[in-house]
Amino acid sequence: MMDGTEQTHWTKDERQAAVKDSEGYVTADGRQIGGVLMELRNITLRFGGVVAIKDISFDIREGEIRAIIGPNGAGKSSMLNIISGFYTPSEGELWYKGSKRPPMKPYEVARMGVARTFQNIALFEGMSVLDNVMTGRLTHMKAGIASQALWWGKARDEEIANREVVEKVIDFLEIQSIRKTPVGRLPYGLKKRVELARALAAEPSILLLDEPMAGMNVEEKEDMSRFILDVNDEFGTTICLIEHDMGVVMDLSDRVVVMDYGKKIGDGPPDEVRQNQDVIDAYLGVAH
Amino acid sequence: MLNDIFIKPFVDMFSAPDFLLQVLWEGLVSGILYALIALGFVLIFRSSRIFNFAQGIMVVFAALTLVGLHAMGVPAWICVLLTLAVMFGLAVTIERVVLRPLVGQPDIILFMATIGITLFLIGLGEIIFGGENKVMITEELGIPTDSVVLEPWGGLLILEQKDITAVIVAALLVVALLAFLNKTRMGRAIRALGDDHQAALSVGISLQQIWVLVWFIAGIIALVTGIAWGARAGVSFALEVIAYKALPVLMLGGLESITGAIVGGLMIGMLEKLFEIYWGQPLLGGNTETWFAFVLALIVLLFRPQGLFGERIIERV
Repeated sequence: MMDGTEQTHWTKDERQAAVKDSEGYVTADGRQIGGVLMELRNITLRFGGVVAIKDISFDIREGEIRAIIGPNGAGKSSMLNIISGFYTPSEGELWYKGSKRPPMKPYEVARMGVARTFQNIALFEGMSVLDNVMTGRLTHMKAGIASQALWWGKARDEEIANREVVEKVIDFLEIQSIRKTPVGRLPYGLKKRVELARALAAEPSILLLDEPMAGMNVEEKEDMSRFILDVNDEFGTTICLIEHDMGVVMDLSDRVVVMDYGKKIGDGPPDEVRQNQDVIDAYLGVAH
Repeated sequence: MLNDIFIKPFVDMFSAPDFLLQVLWEGLVSGILYALIALGFVLIFRSSRIFNFAQGIMVVFAALTLVGLHAMGVPAWICVLLTLAVMFGLAVTIERVVLRPLVGQPDIILFMATIGITLFLIGLGEIIFGGENKVMITEELGIPTDSVVLEPWGGLLILEQKDITAVIVAALLVVALLAFLNKTRMGRAIRALGDDHQAALSVGISLQQIWVLVWFIAGIIALVTGIAWGARAGVSFALEVIAYKALPVLMLGGLESITGAIVGGLMIGMLEKLFEIYWGQPLLGGNTETWFAFVLALIVLLFRPQGLFGERIIERV
């Protein structure tokens, strides 16, 4: 275990040691990161003849903010879709909480505690903010259909208990004032926040964020960054996010996977990745 | 002529208000049944974007099953339970055999598939139960068949008890359905699925489960409609024709709105009756009920293409 508070730059050996260490590591700002929560082993994804992801392995550790970055078309979103079950990898294994995960449908993955947001906001536009966030609790509600149909007993108690969680999330993300507003009427930045609220309401083990800052202005980006950090800090939620904006990613995340043309070209703490020659080439272009 | 169109009908209405009430009541009863069928459409459309052409035949099929089972000597209330079981089986089968393989296909393909279901159910119904008219087992189900005679303003108003029962049951069904959709987890899942499939999947909603559920609810609605309409007009495949009346109801009410389906159904039921009695019969030789609803819907569409209650689609450019 190294003393992370003074550690601003990791050597390759140190990083590998940290990753191998099942006890986790300590981040640059002194947070203790736990063991491996999800591990992707040699993932390959093909669409017909196109190889979208080629033989990529990395892990996500408990309590960390893990970022996947890369230029357009690098395969970042495909990676997130694999984790959330929207795509099934052509090759490779996905390990979750110590056991291999069989191919699953998205709703099954959601029920296992993986919540996500989408790049082009996928909210229930006709429903109010409150109802949208409530859908995030669906995986936690177990009352039978008869009980629900009669609105009696278990279903009623459940609804009330879940409502409390939802109110807490709404409070946390500062969207109380729009609780009853139909989502379709909200501006873009707020919609993104509602989507985050819905995912958060599920109290997920892993929270997947697909470009949470895309299309936002500077102020909205700052807000969103603050919320992501707060969520991680307050609830200890493990977060895996995809982002375009290098600056934002480097500030937010504990470890970064860099992808380019479906391949992994870098993996490690932001400072190390920043100095990786392949990464610099991928982002700035290189003379061929 | 103008007198006959604009003045005489209203004079008639006010000179015999008891008769006007009678006409409105008759209209209300058929309106409720239109509304129920439209409700089945709306429910399926909202959760899956499928325009379910088979809703009408489901009404016939449910009624036929109920009557057919009773003809085999099964006690009436057990027939109801068995019919519900059959409707559930139908929902599961439709989801497995028709909807699941067609997920993600264009809407028009799914619409065609529901026409296929319609034709299949007509054939199946005729093979099993035969094509002849049957009598609904009204009394066996404990539905009163007497009449209530009221005398408003010294006139005469006759309400049949089975109609009153139909109105009450339909109203209860609608209230229960609204509560289910708005207050429960499953209801929220149904609404969510209608809004965005991807998002619904990401919060753990299973497409398959919800579709079975929705088609089953549509089946329950079909059974209630079948009993009520069968008690008035007997059970036959001609019942399917009333399902087409649900189309103008949907155009008025919009495909998305439950309130719209109800208000639209009641409006069409009452307006077509009023028109028939006060304008149709004296001026046009009667039988206007077959087309009035469609003309009305056409006029509404000219001015409000999204229907009276439909969601207005505003496209951002």
